[in-house]
Amino acid sequence: MLTSLHDFISASLFSTRELPLFGCPVPAGFPSPADDHLEGPFDLNRLLFRHPASTFLARVSGDSMIEAGIHPGDLVAVDRALRAGHGSIVVAVVEGEHTIKRLQFRAGQPWLVAENARYAPLPVGPDAGLVVWGVVTHVIHSLAGTPTVR
Amino acid sequence: MYALVDCNNFYVSCERVFAPQLEGRPVVVLSNNDGCLISRSQEAKDLGLKMGEPYHLVRPLLEQHRVQVFSSNYALYGDMSRRVVQVLSGLAAGVDVYSIDEAFLDVSGMKLLEPDLLAYGQRVHETLKKHTGIPTCVGIAPTKTLAKLANRLAPKTGPVRTVTLATAADWEPALAQVPVGSIWGVGRRYARKLTDMGIGTGLELARLPEHWLRRHLGGVVGQRLWRELHGQPCLEWNPAEWDDDQLQPNTASRHSVTCTRSFGRPQHQEAVLAEAVATFATRAAEKLRRYGQAAHLVTVLLGTDRFAPTAGPKTHTAVISLPTSTNDTGMLIKAALQGLRQLRRPGVAYHRAGVLFTGLEPEGQAQLGLFSGSAADQQRSQQLMQAMDGLNARFGRQLVRSAAMGVAKNVDGLLQKPVWGGRAAHRSPRYTTGWDELWQLR
Repeated sequence: MLTSLHDFISASLFSTRELPLFGCPVPAGFPSPADDHLEGPFDLNRLLFRHPASTFLARVSGDSMIEAGIHPGDLVAVDRALRAGHGSIVVAVVEGEHTIKRLQFRAGQPWLVAENARYAPLPVGPDAGLVVWGVVTHVIHSLAGTPTVR
Repeated sequence: MYALVDCNNFYVSCERVFAPQLEGRPVVVLSNNDGCLISRSQEAKDLGLKMGEPYHLVRPLLEQHRVQVFSSNYALYGDMSRRVVQVLSGLAAGVDVYSIDEAFLDVSGMKLLEPDLLAYGQRVHETLKKHTGIPTCVGIAPTKTLAKLANRLAPKTGPVRTVTLATAADWEPALAQVPVGSIWGVGRRYARKLTDMGIGTGLELARLPEHWLRRHLGGVVGQRLWRELHGQPCLEWNPAEWDDDQLQPNTASRHSVTCTRSFGRPQHQEAVLAEAVATFATRAAEKLRRYGQAAHLVTVLLGTDRFAPTAGPKTHTAVISLPTSTNDTGMLIKAALQGLRQLRRPGVAYHRAGVLFTGLEPEGQAQLGLFSGSAADQQRSQQLMQAMDGLNARFGRQLVRSAAMGVAKNVDGLLQKPVWGGRAAHRSPRYTTGWDELWQLR
């Protein structure tokens, strides 16, 4: 919710999704030598949503993947279009619940492994009907606590 | 060749993507205001629950069988529909979006890439399931009407989920299986007329001479139906042009724009009804502008209790004709409120209201009326609407709003939920569209 003119101005300045990239500082009052070096624009959406139709954002609430750099409160991008392989971090369905774990094959047998010594790896038997919901492609971790995006 | 892709129990399927524990369990989704059943899982259908049944009547049955109940979550369903269409647009040369859960694909050239259309249909089904989680059925045939028929038969094909009716030898036995009323384009009235005359199946209809359908089934409409049933495409093809800014198909060729709602409780006060009608006119006007269209005719609807035992019409309408077409929210609200004043009877409790815009044409083409303002006025109105839509797109819906929509505030300064607002006691989170309700993973 906007409460002041300041909010309004900063929101209008920074809500654009494309950020132009300059290779060097631009001096005033002179034909800019930087013009030839203008590279951008960056679009983080293209990085996060390589497959926009099949990519979903989710908020992580547990600490089972903390050693993989996925903290409680982080945002993750999950792509359903990718095929999961040995070592992929995946969102899987276990007993009707979504869980985020690393997929490993040990002697041909799939395991869901937490990246936290406090949680035991979960063997996935042939009858357990392991369903991989999607492959986690990116983590957005805010250094200033829980990310607040609007 | 057309392929019709139809999402199975679409709203229920959307809920299940984020709630896998509901797989294999009976699930239903309720209409706006938790009124009736509008989507049922197969398990719910097997319990004998019918489409459109009032929630309050079937509630004991739902509780007895522990059926999971959801209020409708259109933010979620709209986003999932957009994703489905986006995947489809990568699988075919053209996509014609028919409704939130159905789209026709142009697969004319597909034989060059994939000689086996059945395998292609199966690939469409599998890709959609993998990329979006939504299960579908695919029907492939030379006309839209036959594709619709093929789609209808697809659920019985096991995991393949695809039926192709490429030649008359394929579609004739299929037509023989279905009652004439289930043929696309045969309305309930014609179905009764046909069965009364002893024409029971789709094949019996197709075997009638072309001129008979022309004479007895609505002239050129009947003739088109005959040709469609004989593999000659006659229905329009309206491909969706992809709008990259909106990340959704751009459907410019629509004939009406509407916004209607049921109220949480019946309303009879003029002030409350006026706020509701102004709100619906505003929403519909936003849609008009999104499609680059302007409207000539404003229809206001008021609905009384649909399930009341008394006789008489349950929906009342008034049509206001505008001197020139417009998509200016202010003018459209004014017309809608005029319609409301004509329509409302003091003391009558209304359960629903709505606004419908028709007589659409591309914006900016309107002839200026003698008394309806200058070109400069029109330009100012356009600029104002652009500014308003821009602000609302950036800072959230309804940041800038007409006072006619009501401005009552709570103690915290936030806008009050309107008196007429609907019940949505069982709505799931807006998993994919709201930062505050984002999908949570443990």
